[in-house]
Amino acid sequence: MHKLLASTYKEFLLLTRDIGGIAVLFLMPLLLVITITIVQDGTFKTLKETKIPILLVDNDHGQVSKKIRETLKNSDQFTVEIRSDEKKVQESIQNGEYQLAIVIPENLSKDLDSKVSENVASILAKFSGEDDISERKWKANAKEVKLYFDPATQFSFRNSIKSGIDQMVSKIESQTIYKAFQEELTDDPSEEIFDTEPYIRFTEIVPSKEGKTAVIPNSTQHNIPAWSLFAIFFIILPLAINMVKEKNQGTFVRLRTQPVSYATVLGGKTLVFLSVALIQFTLMILVGLYLFPLIGLPKLDVAGRLPLLFVVAFFAGLAAIGLGLLLGSIAKTQEQSAPFGATFVVILAAIGGVWVPVFAMPGFMQTLSQLSPMNWGLSAFYDVFLRNVGMGEILPEISLLFGFFILTVIVAIIYNERKNAV
Amino acid sequence: MIQINNLSKKYKNADAYSVYNIDLVIEEGEIFGLLGPNGAGKTTLISMLSSLLKPSSGSFSINGLDYRSNRNELKHHIGIVPQEYALYPTLTAFENLSYFGSMYGLSGKSLKEGIEQNLEILGLSDFSNKKIKTFSGGMKRRINLIAGILHKPKVLFLDEPTVGVDVQSKNAIIEHLLTLNKKGTTIFYTSHHLNEAEHFCTRVAIIDNGELIVIGRPRKLIDDQKGAADLEDVFLIHTGKALRDHA
Repeated sequence: MHKLLASTYKEFLLLTRDIGGIAVLFLMPLLLVITITIVQDGTFKTLKETKIPILLVDNDHGQVSKKIRETLKNSDQFTVEIRSDEKKVQESIQNGEYQLAIVIPENLSKDLDSKVSENVASILAKFSGEDDISERKWKANAKEVKLYFDPATQFSFRNSIKSGIDQMVSKIESQTIYKAFQEELTDDPSEEIFDTEPYIRFTEIVPSKEGKTAVIPNSTQHNIPAWSLFAIFFIILPLAINMVKEKNQGTFVRLRTQPVSYATVLGGKTLVFLSVALIQFTLMILVGLYLFPLIGLPKLDVAGRLPLLFVVAFFAGLAAIGLGLLLGSIAKTQEQSAPFGATFVVILAAIGGVWVPVFAMPGFMQTLSQLSPMNWGLSAFYDVFLRNVGMGEILPEISLLFGFFILTVIVAIIYNERKNAV
Repeated sequence: MIQINNLSKKYKNADAYSVYNIDLVIEEGEIFGLLGPNGAGKTTLISMLSSLLKPSSGSFSINGLDYRSNRNELKHHIGIVPQEYALYPTLTAFENLSYFGSMYGLSGKSLKEGIEQNLEILGLSDFSNKKIKTFSGGMKRRINLIAGILHKPKVLFLDEPTVGVDVQSKNAIIEHLLTLNKKGTTIFYTSHHLNEAEHFCTRVAIIDNGELIVIGRPRKLIDDQKGAADLEDVFLIHTGKALRDHA
């Protein structure tokens, strides 16, 4: 016990003597989480609050294009600039001056009217007993509304815009159909036969456990756990570098000649770096609670969840430290440990679902994801942060994290024993 | 007492043995010097004796403790002063010594007093709370020595303890080692300083290409070697004058 305490104190001294290192350990993760949250929250706000200027080329000049123009103008998302030259519009998009252009084809209104009228007439003819309606069928090709996108726009942005435009065009098309029926069925244009308002609507509900308040997910609720975990795992870098330095300084050689076990040496490092991980996490929580509201970001909601959050952070910290101890035991130089450690953490984060949700990954990556300790940690954090669960529900994930710590430490000790066997 | 029986070491992928078939007995209270050119096998032998390297064959025991069956206990009996400084540059002299002393199981008053006494003897009391990175080479060598003797080992292994230090530091180190020896510590040391070894050691051995060539009291070796005026002559006669660059 005395040796473990002495090792812990030595690690504490080594860490606190490196002011630059401490600054990197504590400030960089904060900077990371603040930056990511501002960017994501900003993107969300851009789509929701700031209007994106778009170009519209109206080759139709009919009822449909008028409706499209009006719908776009009335939307919260866009400000519409009307242009006539499609080629110039294409150049503006290609140059990145605008992110989106919509080109409405010629005779869209006329052809849509004709198609719908013919279809409605065919249906009504069928009802009135006409046998041969084939001649009535509209033969024209489908019309294409062209969407030009800046090549630099994200896939997800393009998809959301496309689905929005698609929804708008479908609505216009169905309204035209209703109108055509109305014209066929009544002579009074003011008589409303159909209710054209959408019948099906969507309501977003976040399910919650009985007696517990549902947390509305926002950029803060998502980013704090994800990037806290990322920062916690980045601890493997300073830890591995600390161990490689000991090898290079010769102090590790001296320790090998002393009556102290490798497990005790690793124990000292574990205690100090686990404290670092928990302090990092505390700072992240404080930033989410107090700094984010000051800079216009959503406040972190931790009500009633704080103890469980620290339980997850504790075990995630252990898993990260286990990995760092293993890397530090194997690496011979800082040139080996630093790039490998950094890249490995990024890979673990990627397959762990920090950037892209696991369900959106290809099948084999989803399977691989189940092996990432960052995925276990993230699942546990989301369970506590967003699903408001209890200790029982996160037990499988924290058991995996603890098991990972034990496994990596055992491998590190065995590797060291074999490498330095006497 | 150090008893070495047919001890050999061949590194993985090496063509030749670094240490070959060493048979040696070092009695309690001796100051034994292992001399040899670069790459002769000195550091390999001392590394095996100080639990850092696994012998390829043979065995050794220190104070009756076999290295294979009493590894941990044996570590309490020996002290190591490696060739590298083996200190934490950002910790103070006291913090370094306190940590390494703790790893031998020392604590509290005895640890503190041991550190203070040794710092005093080696003229470093005023630098106790200074960081190692601010120390000169000679000061680091002295701290390196203290780190290996704090627990009062029965056998002390020193790998070139005076290399690269000023005359004053060298003198202080040798004086302190002589004092320890007088108190009963057996000393096993390697050096390139043949003049130092001639006056310091009770017995020396010259090793080359992993094998012991000659062993005896320095004075006797000089007297027995025709044309040798000092230990350096004996050394050159046995190891030759060819350069021994070693990568």
